[in-house]
Amino acid sequence: MGTVTREPAIEASGLRKRYGSVVALDGVDLLAETGMVLGLLGPNGAGKTTAVRILTTLLEPDEGTARVAGIDVLREPALLRERIGLAGQYAAVDENLTGYENLEMVGRLYHLGRAEARGRAQALLDEFDLTDAGGRLVRTYSGGMRRRLDLAAALVARPPVLFLDEPTTGLDPRSRLALWDTIETLVSGGSTVLLTTQYLDEADRLADRIAVIDHGRVIAEGTPRQLKDESGGERLEVRLTDSSQCSRAVEAVQSLAAGSASFEDSTVRIPLRERRGAVAEAVRRLDSAGVAIDDLAVVSPTLDDVFLRLTGHEAEHEDGAEP
Amino acid sequence: MSVAHTVSDTLVLAKRSLLRIPRQPDLLVGFTVQPVMFVLLFVYVFGGAISTPGLDYVDFLIPGIIVQSMTFGGFVTALGLAEDLKKGLIDRFRSLPMSRAAVLTGRTLADGGTNVVQLAVMLGVGYAVGFRFGTDAGRVVGGIALLLFVGYAFSWVFAFIGLSASSPEASNAYGFTILFPVTFVSSAFVPVDSMPGWLQPVARNNPFTNMVNAARALFVGTPAGNQIWLAAVWSVGIVAVFGALAVWRYRHAVGR
Repeated sequence: MGTVTREPAIEASGLRKRYGSVVALDGVDLLAETGMVLGLLGPNGAGKTTAVRILTTLLEPDEGTARVAGIDVLREPALLRERIGLAGQYAAVDENLTGYENLEMVGRLYHLGRAEARGRAQALLDEFDLTDAGGRLVRTYSGGMRRRLDLAAALVARPPVLFLDEPTTGLDPRSRLALWDTIETLVSGGSTVLLTTQYLDEADRLADRIAVIDHGRVIAEGTPRQLKDESGGERLEVRLTDSSQCSRAVEAVQSLAAGSASFEDSTVRIPLRERRGAVAEAVRRLDSAGVAIDDLAVVSPTLDDVFLRLTGHEAEHEDGAEP
Repeated sequence: MSVAHTVSDTLVLAKRSLLRIPRQPDLLVGFTVQPVMFVLLFVYVFGGAISTPGLDYVDFLIPGIIVQSMTFGGFVTALGLAEDLKKGLIDRFRSLPMSRAAVLTGRTLADGGTNVVQLAVMLGVGYAVGFRFGTDAGRVVGGIALLLFVGYAFSWVFAFIGLSASSPEASNAYGFTILFPVTFVSSAFVPVDSMPGWLQPVARNNPFTNMVNAARALFVGTPAGNQIWLAAVWSVGIVAVFGALAVWRYRHAVGR
């Protein structure tokens, strides 16, 4: 947490934006202290991208005000563009240039000067594990490599505030994990980051605070811990070999539970008091109670759980891009 | 935004547009092989059936067909901008502290470069099939300058098309379905006098006809009349109108 006396890195209030009859943002307030990672979590079409587009000067809101890096977004957009980096939903790099040429071009467009733009391009390629691929055309890159290059492009001018709009959407699990590592290293350097994501696990891993957004409104805000606890926290799921042993199983693990158990499809679900050691303890107890089990796991709440708790409906996974 | 930054941003982005051409050979085909094919088809297939009193058909045709190919040289801009929109690159550029016009001035400047190559190829082919300049060096140079300026003007039309079309494919379709007929209802391929009476005023007042007549006057020595001035005025007007429209589209462009 930053000190209260310092000006927040991102401060938005009452942002509204509509496209015809569609309300994309319906009065959004956001706050990120300097040096922290704010996660904007929500399903497709919730308004995440619209918020990012407004804060990065790509779009003017119908109502509301915003300051980023101490600069009024609406009054001084040109000045603000010198202090922000944006990595988009789709990897916004030129396929017909090499990785090196892409970064050099972005550096020149930040007016770094030829020598500095070149030095910075090479340094970022090294930093993002693209040294060998730097001389190859981007169209030969894998999805993960493109995202890394896109991220590197956002960092060319060492911006104090960084916007990452769904940085891992569409990546395979391995590239996703690798990109998380990269982002973690990057934020440990002290940049303020606004990260949008559809995945609770991503926000959980990367964000200091999370704002949950749905239908253009922030419906919850807090640390990842707070949000998960609010949505029921972690739970133990035990699939039984014989469903008639249900009550015996519930009784056996009762002391680990933070609430009442449920039973469905031969699976017992129990909200956990404490994750640590829960699996081993549960196995011991079920075994000594003579309960036969097929499978057993600790399951973390998902975006759907958070939404179910907050709104009473599941996150709507709509296809297609946000406006 | 200082002028120096605008110039440097333009050059950076023009370089980017030019780098892509040898890397996408299908584009090269578009503005070299295609116009050459047109020259050969018209000279050897249609040429014998088209009567151009006072001029060999090849001398009539080459200025016209070069104006047409200059006009379409800008299709790379439409295609490139539509792709940049689709892939989110326009968003990246708009989030950078760079000149707001440079994405467009860079692309149109690069078109100017490719048009020089195209013009050289076409004059070479023209020479091979029998075309000869009929004026002095000064007029030939003036004609070349006018042709490149015509090409530059139409690059702005294509910039507007590329930023307005819903996809790269659509931008291509718009460009060709709108501009192609316009280039044919003109003095480029046949004398306007040979058209039906009702079509002649349309063809005569087509700015494209002014441009072709101007190029013919400067290269071959046909009477110029007011055609060179009209061609220049039209080109300046096209740059002004479509430049403003394209910049306006760019400012409000939304990634797709």
